[in-house]
Amino acid sequence: MAMLRTALAFAAAAALAFAGPAAAQQKVKIGFISTFSGPGGVIGGYMKDSVELALDHLGRKVGGMEVEMFYGDDQQKPDVGVQVAEEMLKKNQVDFVAGIIWSNVMMAVMPVVTGSGHIMVGTNAGASPLAGAQCNEMYFSTSWNNDQSPEALGKFMQEQGINDVYVMAPNYQAGKDMVAGFKRYFKGRIVDEVFTTVNQPDYQAELSALRSKNPKAVFAFYPGGMGITFLRQYDQAGLRDTLPLYTVFTVDEISIGAVKDAAVGIYEARYWSPDLKNPANQKYVADYKKKYGKTPVFYGAQSYDGILLIDSAVKAVKGNLKDTKGMVAAMRKADINSLRGPFKFNNNHHPIQNFYLLRAEKTGNDIEMHIKRTVFENHQDAYHEQCKLK
Amino acid sequence: MTLGLVFEQLLNGLQYGVMLFLMAAGLTLVFGIMNLVNLAHGSLFMMGAYFAIAAAQWTGNYAAGVVLGLAGALVLGMLVEVTALRPLYERDHLDQVLATFGLILFFNELVAIIWGRAALYAALPSWLRGSIPLFTGSRYPYYRVVVLAVGLIVALWLWYMVTRTRLGMLVRAGASNRAMVAALGVNIRLLYTVVFGVGAALAGLAGLMAGPVFVVQPGMGELILIQVFVVIVIGGIGSVRGALVGAVIVGVIDTMGRAFLKPMLATMLSASAAEKAGPALASMLIYLLMAAVLTFRPQGLFGSRG
Repeated sequence: MAMLRTALAFAAAAALAFAGPAAAQQKVKIGFISTFSGPGGVIGGYMKDSVELALDHLGRKVGGMEVEMFYGDDQQKPDVGVQVAEEMLKKNQVDFVAGIIWSNVMMAVMPVVTGSGHIMVGTNAGASPLAGAQCNEMYFSTSWNNDQSPEALGKFMQEQGINDVYVMAPNYQAGKDMVAGFKRYFKGRIVDEVFTTVNQPDYQAELSALRSKNPKAVFAFYPGGMGITFLRQYDQAGLRDTLPLYTVFTVDEISIGAVKDAAVGIYEARYWSPDLKNPANQKYVADYKKKYGKTPVFYGAQSYDGILLIDSAVKAVKGNLKDTKGMVAAMRKADINSLRGPFKFNNNHHPIQNFYLLRAEKTGNDIEMHIKRTVFENHQDAYHEQCKLK
Repeated sequence: MTLGLVFEQLLNGLQYGVMLFLMAAGLTLVFGIMNLVNLAHGSLFMMGAYFAIAAAQWTGNYAAGVVLGLAGALVLGMLVEVTALRPLYERDHLDQVLATFGLILFFNELVAIIWGRAALYAALPSWLRGSIPLFTGSRYPYYRVVVLAVGLIVALWLWYMVTRTRLGMLVRAGASNRAMVAALGVNIRLLYTVVFGVGAALAGLAGLMAGPVFVVQPGMGELILIQVFVVIVIGGIGSVRGALVGAVIVGVIDTMGRAFLKPMLATMLSASAAEKAGPALASMLIYLLMAAVLTFRPQGLFGSRG
């Protein structure tokens, strides 16, 4: 009898032990993959800071439920990204995967996440195939398609009747895509197109050649460290004051800190800016500055939106995280207080949104990006028709 | 393609070559004299840039930043030699590569911890800004002229040190026969520490001068290190003269390729073919040159070893 009682007690204890985690399962687990090491680690830091700020603003709850975050470093490598995603899905049992800066990492990770029946929320990478033929019901992007920012610059320069443009970009896929996007809307004369070696340390030879061709304006795409080098040397060559420079993904709140005055007067096209006037964005920028002591960057703004999007989906299904269909349907509504203002999702789950012309300007000792005009209203990417989703 | 532009691009090539020389001189000294493959040379380049920026911020004076940056790189180099590299002299090159690769990771993370991963702003004082007119009608950044001058002065100084002083004689003797020099009562250990320190200071000098032009961030040295290895292979390992000639050749060929290859190809091929082949070929030129040198003169242009 005593033995039976003991056995029962054990069984009850065991049952309780198993029931424990099941009850505690009433929380949302989000895996956030970005680059946290190496030169790209700067961007990952800004993204993580914004995710944390979004959680602060949501009262550390997502869809009203407790939330647990898992941050993973993809080291800017597709294979490491896949490894991190698999660990999050299998070991940590995350409900959503979000983040990812680089197109090539996203191309590798997205199929792994959606293939396991989970929703992927991309908060930067804008690979064209994922907006077109390889779009996926379970994949949402809170950023943009790569081509859209250069398209906006092309449209602006076309409307201004600017001619004799000198085009420069690094010699790899994204560089070619940016130039293609620019030329989709710019139909004026192009003096020359120059593709430089990726991570080339010096641009003096290209700048001498540029000057000898006497262009009226320059279009350039130099992301990250390349942009810092390019902006400095453009300035030191005395070109900044005489030749207008229009860029995409070159002048941002990260590179401004490294080049300071060399950024002043440079144009950039984007969907978001710290000075965008809507209450959500003003609160975000103010709180970000207060919490981290620096100006946020667009990488962070779209990561913030990614968390809001997940929040809206969990709310819509009332915490029933098994209801993937319901969550996808909720996300498609884009019913969030986005930092860019209201936007809609296209059939390919990429935003239809405005694009602006920005200019780096100096007020006092601060150099900040200011919106000068709206170039596109409700702009769709060029690939959505190739996507089979309705 | 006017004569003026060709001259300007030659000047660009020369200036870039001199920048490479400052890196290559230190690397070739260490490699040739101490028989040590130092992959972490790029880290010393990076540390020079960071030390100079930190010191300039601390003192509020650019010149003080330069002096302290140089001193910092020198001391750091000696420290690294004494603590990390001494056990490696008797090992083969693969062990040295592995250990100094570890140093790269160490320094990159150290910089990220102390200064953060974001690129730093490297200020130039007003007396180094601006540009000077060229006779071609174009303008040239004043700072680059200064870099060119400093590089040539360092080359002259190194030549004097190695060929005309007692220290240089010991260094050359140590390179040819280490055991014999030690047997003659020369403190070869100290000599190695000094040589490595000077090499580190040269890398630091290149780094602190590159700071305002290039990008100051963790890993900045590795971007330029590959071209520096090309320079010393072409010039001949261990030869300072070879490093200078190799650096100028690499600088000029790389620059001329980037500037004129595409227009030249366009006169022979179709415009779109030149568009594709030009940039690809331009980025390969210096490696093709290196392959040619290795085939016809494996010891390099000025190398003494086979």
